[in-house]
Amino acid sequence: MKISLLDYGAGNLPSVERALQRLGAQTERISTSAGVAKASALVLPGVGHYGALIRALDRDGLRESLIDAIRRGVPFLGICLGLQALFQKSDEAPDLHGLEILPGSVRVLSRAVKLPHMGWDQVQAKAGSRLLEGIDAAAYFYFAHSYAVPYCAEKQALETRATCSYGGEFVAVTEKEKIFAVQFHPEKSGAAGQRVLENFLRTAA
Amino acid sequence: MSLAHRIIPCLDTDGERVVKGVNFVALRDAGDPVALARRYNAEGADELVVLDIAASRDRRPTFLETIRKVAAELAIPLTAGGGIRTLDDARAVVRAGADKVTVNTAAVLRPGLISELSEEFGSQAVVLAIDAKRDGDRWRVMTTGGRVSTDLEATSWATRGAELGAGEILLTSMDRDGTQSGFDVALTAAISKKVMVPVIASGGARWPQHFAEIFCEGAADAALAASIFHDDIQSIRSLKEFLADQKIQVRLPC
Repeated sequence: MKISLLDYGAGNLPSVERALQRLGAQTERISTSAGVAKASALVLPGVGHYGALIRALDRDGLRESLIDAIRRGVPFLGICLGLQALFQKSDEAPDLHGLEILPGSVRVLSRAVKLPHMGWDQVQAKAGSRLLEGIDAAAYFYFAHSYAVPYCAEKQALETRATCSYGGEFVAVTEKEKIFAVQFHPEKSGAAGQRVLENFLRTAA
Repeated sequence: MSLAHRIIPCLDTDGERVVKGVNFVALRDAGDPVALARRYNAEGADELVVLDIAASRDRRPTFLETIRKVAAELAIPLTAGGGIRTLDDARAVVRAGADKVTVNTAAVLRPGLISELSEEFGSQAVVLAIDAKRDGDRWRVMTTGGRVSTDLEATSWATRGAELGAGEILLTSMDRDGTQSGFDVALTAAISKKVMVPVIASGGARWPQHFAEIFCEGAADAALAASIFHDDIQSIRSLKEFLADQKIQVRLPC
């Protein structure tokens, strides 16, 4: 199966692409709604500003086709901003709407801790995560962000598969049917990150 | 659970070869950047920094090619810098595969550069490199590879840089760099406790105990070293095992 990477100018696209190719996946870069409509598996990379991602999706007319593909059950992996985009909105660009697929909003992490949350951190995994399958509970993943989705057990317990604590507990891994997303960067997370991508490829196949 | 203290090997290059100096001078060849990158990635480095210390215009394409080759070897973050003067310079380095960009002299000359980079790439991608030299009871910011003295005081410059959008401070003690006498704990603590972004301590590493000190007493979020790793004086794996034994949180290979 070919993995289609949404190319809207995200800085981490090449490294995500390289990481998937290293695992033997075929990849293509797509940037049109026709490309999204034809995709059999989608990856939305992202790093930097939430507003830049959402504006790029709207500028390129990708919003509707992306929501449609996700609703049709096309396997989807969102990375960092790609996770945040799935939620309602973000403090980082309060005037914009997210893809509004999952409940919850993106908030700035606590000002009481050093920001960005930058470096290697551990996650608290819930039972049955498909992305984290086979990964040691003590594994570290690479994070680089100042905003995150605060974890709300009432609204998000079903799809949240792991959280991370840094100035508060936030969603680190979310999974719902064929929708997968991670706040960390699997493409930069060494062997553990490679395993996350491998697990996605297997689930998507 | 909290963030692991990062161990970061640094490759100072003249474009295509890794070089190493003492107190910023007396350069000698220290190896092939691609081979070293591959090794550090496998040994458990948490990140890699590649600097173009020559930073001359005509060698730029060579440096970008080095970044591309190094990035292809890594499953960890890559920071690149040296001679970044404009947004276009930074774009070239990011396109070549760097996750973060360091700025130093150009940011001192034109602090607005930090904001421009942060708006374009996000603050997590902007590292303000500060070369600091002790001057009485304070630290003076030096530029141009440590050759030019400025009127800036390091702590206030670091604070200003973070306000402008730098997401991290790479703090090099010029008094310690290349001496292997230990990191500058006082300098690092002064800045790390004042600035609300992560601080990478650099300059002076030799023994594992130096790393323990800079994390515990220096409050560093990460520590950078070059020659002790290049010359096989210290392996990253055994360094991390030492730190873990001291109950300092590090990422050990699972």
